[in-house]
Amino acid sequence: MSQWPLAVARFCYEFVVGDTPELAIGVAVIVGASWALSRAAGTAPFWFGPVAVVVLLAVSLRRGASRRRR
Amino acid sequence: MTGTVLIALAVFAACAVEMVEALTIVMASGLTRGWRSSLEGAGVAVLCLVVLVAAFGPALIHYVPLDVLRAVVGSLLLVLGLQWLRKAILRAAGFIAQRDEDDIYRKEVERLSGIPRQSAGRDAVGFVLSFKGVLLEGLEVVMIVLTLGLSSGHLAVASLAAFAAVLVVGAVGIAVSRQLREVPENAMKLGVGVMLVSFGTFWGGEGVGVGWPGADLSLLWLLAGYAGLSWVAIQLLRRSRLTPHLGEVG
Repeated sequence: MSQWPLAVARFCYEFVVGDTPELAIGVAVIVGASWALSRAAGTAPFWFGPVAVVVLLAVSLRRGASRRRR
Repeated sequence: MTGTVLIALAVFAACAVEMVEALTIVMASGLTRGWRSSLEGAGVAVLCLVVLVAAFGPALIHYVPLDVLRAVVGSLLLVLGLQWLRKAILRAAGFIAQRDEDDIYRKEVERLSGIPRQSAGRDAVGFVLSFKGVLLEGLEVVMIVLTLGLSSGHLAVASLAAFAAVLVVGAVGIAVSRQLREVPENAMKLGVGVMLVSFGTFWGGEGVGVGWPGADLSLLWLLAGYAGLSWVAIQLLRRSRLTPHLGEVG
């Protein structure tokens, strides 16, 4: 019975992070950087998020493809 | 209006994809363990999912400030959408095998047929299997319904779209009386991934103070941009898969 919080935590981790930790970390960095930019300059440039997301996806795809090529 | 239609479409497609996967489990369970226990298990799971949406949806709207909600929800949508998109691109490019519902169904039927049945009453194995299958596949849908519905303020639209997908896929599955292997699952997953990433970028940005030019209309160029780049990624990956690498030559 006392193990269910652990099971829920494990499920949440698998759900959000799973086998692609680079995506979870990357998204946290992108949102954090956008917030910092918006605090510093009043508003964050709108293009920053989409460009960063495309770079993150490219990195993750490259990682996934090379892992499966091996 | 643009946003509302896109939300309904995204939730419907995401829910339909998950429902096809859940249906494979319920069909396998129903056929081998009896329909009554399997349908009861699926029904109880759907009820649990509805309770989750009803419990968390209104509570989050009332107690969490909208900007915080959008930043958190936008981040979650981005992670979830990028996971879907990545997997769909790698599948389309041939790096991951396509999901074969027929094969999964066959293996599940084979496995379940080997477990002895109770002589009378409900079959616990059938109930639990259907319950777990529908609940686990449905949790992702609940997450999408909550995140999309809350950020846009259209929780009812998102819930109705999910309910419609459950009805349509369920009805078609029962009508043809088998799992739906003809559904273009990967193409739908790719489409949902593009939509989730677009919404995630938009709301995540709004939550932390990004001013989008054209407000909601930005969603359209985000969708077009991500869809176009996904297509480019698939072509590049297909080519790289077919091209021998320097280390592999000789």
